[in-house]
Amino acid sequence: MTTPAESAGSSGHALEMRGITKIYEVGDDEVVAVDHVDLIVASQEIVALVGPSGSGKTTLCSIAGGLLSPTDGSVVVAGQEISGYSGRQLTEFRRASVGFVFQTVNLIPFLTARENLLVVDEIGPRLGRAARDRADQLLSELGLADRAANLPAQLSGGQKQRVAIGRALMNDPGLVLFDEPTSALDSSLGDQVVHLIRDEMKARGTAAIIVTHDDRITHYADRTVTIEDGRITG
Amino acid sequence: MTLALREMRRRPGRFAIATVILTLIAILLMFLGGLLDGLVASSTGAFRSQQADLLVYSTSSRNSLERSRITPEVRQQVETVPGVARVGGLGSVQLGGRVPGRGPRDLVPTVLFGYELASRGLPAMPPAMGTVYADDSLRASNVTIGTTIHLGPARSAVTVAGFVSDTRYSGQGTLWGSLDTWRQVLNANRPDARVGPGVVQALVVRSGPGGTTGLPARIGQATGGAATALTIAQAIDALPGVAQQRSVFNQIIGVTVVIAVVVVALFFALLTVERTALYGVLKAIGSSSRTLFAGVVLQAVIVALIASLIGIVASLVLDALIPPGTIPFVATPVRLAASAVILVVAAVIGCTFSLRRVLRIDPAAAIGGTP
Repeated sequence: MTTPAESAGSSGHALEMRGITKIYEVGDDEVVAVDHVDLIVASQEIVALVGPSGSGKTTLCSIAGGLLSPTDGSVVVAGQEISGYSGRQLTEFRRASVGFVFQTVNLIPFLTARENLLVVDEIGPRLGRAARDRADQLLSELGLADRAANLPAQLSGGQKQRVAIGRALMNDPGLVLFDEPTSALDSSLGDQVVHLIRDEMKARGTAAIIVTHDDRITHYADRTVTIEDGRITG
Repeated sequence: MTLALREMRRRPGRFAIATVILTLIAILLMFLGGLLDGLVASSTGAFRSQQADLLVYSTSSRNSLERSRITPEVRQQVETVPGVARVGGLGSVQLGGRVPGRGPRDLVPTVLFGYELASRGLPAMPPAMGTVYADDSLRASNVTIGTTIHLGPARSAVTVAGFVSDTRYSGQGTLWGSLDTWRQVLNANRPDARVGPGVVQALVVRSGPGGTTGLPARIGQATGGAATALTIAQAIDALPGVAQQRSVFNQIIGVTVVIAVVVVALFFALLTVERTALYGVLKAIGSSSRTLFAGVVLQAVIVALIASLIGIVASLVLDALIPPGTIPFVATPVRLAASAVILVVAAVIGCTFSLRRVLRIDPAAAIGGTP
């Protein structure tokens, strides 16, 4: 298993996006969701990606994480040029090299907290004991050791979000992508989660892109990137 | 795979409806199959029990035992055909039997067979005149060893010396005696069908070491086309109603299987729709469509196996509870296993309809990355 710093690649960047364009065909029309965007995220850097709804921030985040392929441009994550990857290669890339934390948490409801982390191991070449040890370690570090056997329905909103963060960190990625991680949380819980994200990312030296509307996150991020109409404006 | 199994263990209620419906289908499938086997068994036992390779009918009978007559001359011609090892006469007559202890009009439908070459379970030497072996299904009609049955309008008496199993014919219990007994009973009760000395309805032929290859054709040639030789399987297929029974039941079974496919297809399609968000997340974190679909197939197979297991137990219980001689139902291991395999295959086919849906789930949708 590589460390996040190692997986940042020879350039020292966790992510390099150059000339990224994403065009959707909607009926007979073409919608330019992302328009010639350049974005570089250094290893260990936390970037807040902000912008109004429909500005293209989630599309950009999806391209960075290998969920979408760009129509044009180059994406290098942890030294891997992924813009030309096939669907199968992207699946493998996502499993091994990036972490995701989704807006609606999306834990698997019939799995315990520990099993939700171990899903990452179960869907790939299984590491067995090493994966179980890592899951236990992450749960402990996230303050969830005593909740390992609880189902998501038995966890609070903050605890669920912490489990989701643990799942995103299971494969020890160089880059974690957060999609509106505090949007479903109340103010104090949102604060806790923001702290947690910053602490966990910094402690592990993991780069992160956080798609958000939440001002608190922009204050905790190393850099804020604003996107409007598919273009980076600041 | 582990995920699919855990879901079934932790959320059994989610699969309850499909399991119940498939169980009912499994029971129906096995019951229909058991009825078909029972009906066919009760129609064909006399032929299936033959320890022979061929049955020879007169060509003019058009493969009907009842219409067929083989004269001693034709028999002699058949005996001389190269490859024929042994030949025995066979005759039958369907008559109502009066059994002591039953009302005078409460006749037991029976078929009296006269034989020379013993079929399975019969003594090699046919019993003495007026003595017969009875199919054990006749026990349900108060027939025991020593019972004298009076056959037909002439009330020809035959006494039961023992029992044989699985030799029913045309749905009726059979009696097995010598050709002389058969001729006497036939001539006394069916004047329209009387036969002379040496005449039989069919010949039972055992082939030599060379087997039956070319033997039917040689028998046809040797008899100048007067006789037609059929394998036992062909003779069974030629029995009135057997092919029709098989066809009708197999069509009903086929429709039941199609219903099973549709049930599984609809259930897992619905389940897949419910799981779209979950599959989106799993794909986003690196699960392949193949892994997800394998989980769906595994769940369908497990549901089908549980349904089959319950169906098998229900069929065995039913088989044990049905009184002999009432419903022609037989639960055979081959039928039960075949029904289980068919149901599992139907389940796999059914859930393949979800494959396209699983493939089309876009992982980007998990974080709202597509418009």
